[in-house]
Amino acid sequence: MNDNETTAHGESGALAPAGGDGALETRSTTELDRFENPGLPPHVHRAADDDPKAAKRAEKQVATLFGLSMLSTLVFLVGYFAIHDDWVFFFPGLGQAKTLNVVLGLSLGFALFFIGIGAVHWAKTLMSDEEVVEERHPLGSSEVERAKAVKVVTDGGESAQINRRPLLKYSLGGALGLFALPFVLQVAGSLGPGNVEELKETLWDPKYNDGKPIRLFRDPERTPIKLSDVTLGSVFHVMPETMEKVYEEGKHVLEQKAKAAVILIRLNPDDIKVQKAKDWGVDGTVAYSKICTHVGCAVGLYEQQTHHLLCPCHQSTFDLTEDCAVIFGPAKRALPQLKITVDDEGYLVAPQGFKEPVGPSFWERAR
Amino acid sequence: MNALAARRRHPAAIALLILVGLLVTGGAYAFLAPKEANASAVSADTVAEGKNLFLANCASCHGTNAQGTASGPSLVGVGAAAVDFQVGTGRMPLAGPNIQAQRQDVDKIKFDDQQISSMAAYVASLGAGPSVPDSQYTTVIQPGDQKEAGQDLTNNQRIARGGEIFRVNCAMCHNFAGAGGALTRGKYAPSLTGVTPKHMYEAMVSGPQSMPVFNDQNISPESKQEVISYLKAVDNQTNVGGLTLGNLGPVSEGMFVWLFGLTLLIGCAVWLGKKAA
Repeated sequence: MNDNETTAHGESGALAPAGGDGALETRSTTELDRFENPGLPPHVHRAADDDPKAAKRAEKQVATLFGLSMLSTLVFLVGYFAIHDDWVFFFPGLGQAKTLNVVLGLSLGFALFFIGIGAVHWAKTLMSDEEVVEERHPLGSSEVERAKAVKVVTDGGESAQINRRPLLKYSLGGALGLFALPFVLQVAGSLGPGNVEELKETLWDPKYNDGKPIRLFRDPERTPIKLSDVTLGSVFHVMPETMEKVYEEGKHVLEQKAKAAVILIRLNPDDIKVQKAKDWGVDGTVAYSKICTHVGCAVGLYEQQTHHLLCPCHQSTFDLTEDCAVIFGPAKRALPQLKITVDDEGYLVAPQGFKEPVGPSFWERAR
Repeated sequence: MNALAARRRHPAAIALLILVGLLVTGGAYAFLAPKEANASAVSADTVAEGKNLFLANCASCHGTNAQGTASGPSLVGVGAAAVDFQVGTGRMPLAGPNIQAQRQDVDKIKFDDQQISSMAAYVASLGAGPSVPDSQYTTVIQPGDQKEAGQDLTNNQRIARGGEIFRVNCAMCHNFAGAGGALTRGKYAPSLTGVTPKHMYEAMVSGPQSMPVFNDQNISPESKQEVISYLKAVDNQTNVGGLTLGNLGPVSEGMFVWLFGLTLLIGCAVWLGKKAA
């Protein structure tokens, strides 16, 4: 590499002082002449090319590899029928492993592997390795051939009477076109405006509970949470009471869960530095959307001592003491807070739902 | 010596040098690092014995009245569960300044069960806090279709429910198989493999270090037992085939493919392109 560079520099340096177009031209032609077609390197014969004994040896080696493949396939076949589904054995690196799966996997792998290296070994030792030159040839067919092909098509159309009977031509076109329509509509429709309003609301909206505040339910136990249950340093993973209806109907359960997931945390009220965050919680118990504002992973890693919430997907970190502002990572917005209060029976409720869309950004978010 | 001098510009020399340097510093640290004095005071009164042990081993960081200092938090109200967890797993007393206390092997734990329970009794006497769990809830549910007395669900169903609770509440930090995972700035959620049921339970109720608290109102004692049984069932399950690579998911799998898979493919490509001898 270095040598090449110095040569190149040396040449350009030598060219410059020569000056004048003519001089430069003669110089470059002579220089071009220096590069001769090196041709193919001399062909070296392999051991098996000259020595029949070596060839016989190579043949045996290839046959052995194919034989090993056959053996592996036999192991596979026998193993498939002979090994009981319940059998386990100790395999180094795996621990207690299921015998059937390990034997089938290894035997199948070796069966294929030995065919492969057998073929390669054959090619490298016995198949001809003489260098050959193949000239390029034009890819297109001759004029006569092309005219013939066109004639076949037009003759076919002629004998089918497609030009004489336009009714057939247009009705066939109509049938094919109409058949394609549903597929086209499906693709085109998926590009069109979706229901953006769905992205802006969650089941925490009181309209899903006849305007009444919505209780916070434990996930996955589905039981309401009392304020007194949430001791200092506690984390509850929360779903709205309104999820119960969704569970009953059994429709769009995961979509609704994915929007409504909330994390409920109690910290010392004095640690919360933002007044709004304090006001929207109860005695330092605060609820935030668990859906990351970056690309919507569940932000569930709460560090009790630093009060940081960490998203496992891209390490966005939210500071609970700063109203869940982003302090690290690719997320751009703070996690939306869910206002909570306590109802007459001491259960935590959300009176107003989220005041902004939860989760990652989308085009129509601000509108 | 001449042979060494001739090879000093070998590409592996620098790597070898770094390795030797690391081994020397590591060895020197292990040899020279301050070792804890193993004090054992005996007293008829458990709390008094616990207090003595506390003063000898813990007070330098946690204060003589366990009120906390700049180098250690207050222990008033953390309860017996926290002491049993921290000392019983060898996390406390802290061997040296570290980003977080680590679980130690059983033979490195500095106190016996009786000493730990005296210290726990002393700390519990300072203020109300979670106590060491009843053995009823730290008994691992054995997999099977039988039902235990007073249970609506079969053992297998209870373990499955434990798995569900684990995935919602714990898996984001401790990984779906309890293999542990990274937190921010060098902190981490430890692996749960080989942790005793009692210590798992105590960690949930006391919320050690970065871990939040999961009190009995959040996850009931029975649910905690189910979570623990799920983890033990995962530990004991048969590998259905294939390397688990620590159950860490795409990170270790990707690394394996890049290091071993690609190396193998490149090796094959080189072999295919080489002329036979």
